[in-house]
Amino acid sequence: MAVITMTINDELVSGVEGQSLLTLIREQGIELPTLCHLEGLEARGGCRLCLVEVQSTHRLLPACTTTAQEGMAIQTHSERLVRYRRMILELLFAERNHVCAVCVMNGRCELQDEAAKIGMDHVRYDYLVPELPLDASHDKFIIDHNRCILCTRCVSVCDSVEGAHTWDVMGRGVNSRVITDLNQPWGVSRSCTSCGKCVQVCPTGALANKGSTVAEMVKRHDFLQWILDGREKKQWVMQNGGSEGRR
Amino acid sequence: MTRTVVIDPVTRIEGHAKISLYLGDDGKVEDARFHVVEFRGFEKFCVGRTFWEMPGITARVCGICPVSHILASAKAGDDVLGIRIPPRAEKLRRLMNWGQLVQSHALSFFHLSAPDLLLGMDSDPAKRNIMGLIQARPNIARSGIRLREFGQKVIRLLGGRSVHPAWAVPGGVRDPLTAEARSQIKRMLPEAFDIAELALDLLKDSYDQFDDEIENYGDFPSLFMGLVTADGGLEHYDGMLRVVDAEGRILQNAETITYRDFIDEAVEPWSYLKAPYYKPHGYPGGMYRVGPLARLNICDYAGTPRADRELRQFRRHGQRGKPVTGSFHYHYARLIEILFCLEKIEETIEDESLTGSHIRSYAEVNERTGIGVSEAPRGTLFHEYKVDRQGILQSVNMIIATGQNNLAMNRTVQQIARAYIDGETIEEGVLNRIEHGIRLYDPCLSCSTHAAGQMPLHVQLIAPDGAVVDEKIRD
Repeated sequence: MAVITMTINDELVSGVEGQSLLTLIREQGIELPTLCHLEGLEARGGCRLCLVEVQSTHRLLPACTTTAQEGMAIQTHSERLVRYRRMILELLFAERNHVCAVCVMNGRCELQDEAAKIGMDHVRYDYLVPELPLDASHDKFIIDHNRCILCTRCVSVCDSVEGAHTWDVMGRGVNSRVITDLNQPWGVSRSCTSCGKCVQVCPTGALANKGSTVAEMVKRHDFLQWILDGREKKQWVMQNGGSEGRR
Repeated sequence: MTRTVVIDPVTRIEGHAKISLYLGDDGKVEDARFHVVEFRGFEKFCVGRTFWEMPGITARVCGICPVSHILASAKAGDDVLGIRIPPRAEKLRRLMNWGQLVQSHALSFFHLSAPDLLLGMDSDPAKRNIMGLIQARPNIARSGIRLREFGQKVIRLLGGRSVHPAWAVPGGVRDPLTAEARSQIKRMLPEAFDIAELALDLLKDSYDQFDDEIENYGDFPSLFMGLVTADGGLEHYDGMLRVVDAEGRILQNAETITYRDFIDEAVEPWSYLKAPYYKPHGYPGGMYRVGPLARLNICDYAGTPRADRELRQFRRHGQRGKPVTGSFHYHYARLIEILFCLEKIEETIEDESLTGSHIRSYAEVNERTGIGVSEAPRGTLFHEYKVDRQGILQSVNMIIATGQNNLAMNRTVQQIARAYIDGETIEEGVLNRIEHGIRLYDPCLSCSTHAAGQMPLHVQLIAPDGAVVDEKIRD
């Protein structure tokens, strides 16, 4: 593996050829927010929170889907980037009905965490307040479209890790919606194995265990690396000693 | 010429309201209306959510008595699941409810009503508030704050926070009581008892000064409703729903789930507050009162030694074994309930089975309707949910304590206005008396219209032709 050198926030750093910018940035201990990206799932560049400034181009590039290259010079937290990130988060909140105070993920939600970290104290845009349903037809789980940010982690994990491809996306733009099978109620889906991986990777309260009450839901991501390491490396080692367990 | 006096906003109550007094040609008060001017819409926007979320959502109806909504909602949820919760969970829920009653009653007495009672109904309005009380009687004001703190602490020790604890859920409660929390409650109890006794002494010592108020502040026959234990004791969490008339006759002693058989709700165009009434007596003849006064009137006994002793004294204010009909005695009833709750907390906290981890039962949707009834500080609280097979809410109905006192509050305002207003001009002190008539019921308008904020007062004098002759507004 060839070593590359580049500049991040005016600091000279070195990485490995083929690494994504996101991995390299995080290796330097720099916090870069992501909502669609999750270690173990294919990078998608959907949420646009990890956009960075690259000196050689005027376009902002998502760090998760951009490969680090020799001689690159990037900025991760310029005034413009921070402003855009806050804007993206505000738009996410304005697009659907999140209502954190009564959400099953209140206090543990990735969307809420990112908004708090960036200091989002209000939303400048009009809320769209769409009328979206809950689907509680599944025995174990529930999907609340009001809290979905269309990160499509559920689609990805169901397809690439579980291999069922129950989840997909229908519609376009602001009207997009994640669906099970061909937009059938989740409870009658014949492809769903009820494994719950989608629920665990969901960053918000959109997917939750049925019967969860306010702020009660705890999600774990450690299973993902466990499965992938077992599958690819034949190694079964639980990260963090498995302490990231469910309540 | 007739005219109308409007008091808007009404102060030192929880929520927003105004009062209109209609004066006749002779300048005497003909009619009085207590308008609640907030609108909230919980019953509508909860439809489509799951019943599991309802304790968390309906807790937001109110910041003063979220626990009452959490409990009624969790009970309605238990009913949808069709299960009995673990006995330990029930004891813990009761414990939190007593904590809630103590903090809310302390707020009503010390923060909202004590300025009138201790500084005088006609005293300087600029100082007739909790800040004035702190200036004039710092120890009393401090005691009130400490007593409220006790109740809030009990709630926090159980649910993790004092306001909106997401703790009681369909099936039981989420967190157990720790041994440390239990000993903390025990350590705080003696001071709370001292303050409750102090409040009782203060009120009883000042009773002689309030002969006029006792007579004119809402003294009229009405029905009374609330929960009692299976054998008729004072109850705040579960039990039988009892209706008693002004003569003390028991008209109903029914299972709570049958409440629809004898309670109905009327709607008036001039208020967002619904007006429930006792069906067999029709509207508005079926006026009933709920809350501390009603609970002490309908129960056969309290069930704790100190509260029972006070209850016997309290009943002397009624005629020959009949219910106490003067609403001024709400204050006294509230303080007796504080004492009762403290005694119950003291008794329950000694229960060895209280700490332990089996506190929640699990089930799926087994019933399509769930009814949860409990006693909130201000009176009986009903939550009724209809769900589909998956637990999604199809309809929500909440009957709030303050709503049930609506008719009685109107009557009280009318009575006070008639006693104190005679002529063209209205003294500020008179307005305050009218407001105090409302404060007796410790109304929570945020709850009752299922809204937010504090209650500011607006009194209008309206002429027969509808013209506003005199008006006093206070923020």
